[in-house]
Amino acid sequence: MTRTKPEPMQEVKQRRDDALRALVGAVPFVRFLDITFDRRGDELTAQLNFDDKLIGNPFLPAIHGGVTAAFLEVTAAITLCWEHLWPDIEAGRIDPEAISKGELPRLPKTIDFTVDYLRSGLPRDAYARASVSRAGRRYASVHVEAWQDHKDKLYAQGTGHFLMPQPSSDTA
Amino acid sequence: MVDKVKLARQFIEAIPHARELGMVLTEIAEGTATIEMPYDEKLIGDPRTGVIHGGAVSALMDTCCGAAVMSHPSAPGGTATIDLRIEYMRAANPGQSIRTTAKCHHITRNVAFVRATATDEDTDTPVATASGAFTVEKRF
Repeated sequence: MTRTKPEPMQEVKQRRDDALRALVGAVPFVRFLDITFDRRGDELTAQLNFDDKLIGNPFLPAIHGGVTAAFLEVTAAITLCWEHLWPDIEAGRIDPEAISKGELPRLPKTIDFTVDYLRSGLPRDAYARASVSRAGRRYASVHVEAWQDHKDKLYAQGTGHFLMPQPSSDTA
Repeated sequence: MVDKVKLARQFIEAIPHARELGMVLTEIAEGTATIEMPYDEKLIGDPRTGVIHGGAVSALMDTCCGAAVMSHPSAPGGTATIDLRIEYMRAANPGQSIRTTAKCHHITRNVAFVRATATDEDTDTPVATASGAFTVEKRF
């Protein structure tokens, strides 16, 4: 029995990290909020890097509810896009350089998004993970949870529905 | 009543994130508020089209709903979002400001209910609508 030799680890990591960096770096709004992503295999964790410009209530102080909504939506959309592109990334069909130059794959569009505010957002970093509950050919449903100090004490959670990018021949 | 509106205006205009996004409170009355947010390239969500990110619209919606609650005659102080749902009807036109109007249509001692609509220069079809529940705080 012949077995193909596994790819060198460094090549695998490089390919995945390049694709993720290109995808995240291409969206100006993600850079504006300074949201970064950590990757373990195909699992992503988003990090909202705290800055004073994210404050909503200067008296508490607390992170703006709109920032929390945006953070959850970005995490949901990037995670959905990442899972959607994963087979192409693994097959080497995605060129990170092309993405960095603005040739982005078509992104899912948000249909609706609901945010459940569980605790006030403290003036420090926040983390979020999204799980794709269902990814159909046209629609996807994504759930996302965010926390700050304790992973099991969520400060917000959200659910969104997305319209998946349609193959261009299929638009009629 | 005039003081409450003035207080709500001061509060909204002091929000660091609202200032960062260039939000301008154009109207505020008893339980309703209108806020405009100019187009800015840093808010782009899809670099291929220049359409701004839904998250930026969420921030505008949330701020405007909060302003509507605080300006309500029965609201004694500040507010915080309990739940907010946003529906994205269409992409906002790149280059155009987004204007949101929110109305606090019901308020109890503890909870305020709000609905909001966002449009750009094409005012016939909304860009997004929102509905939410907010806390009613005794103070700011």
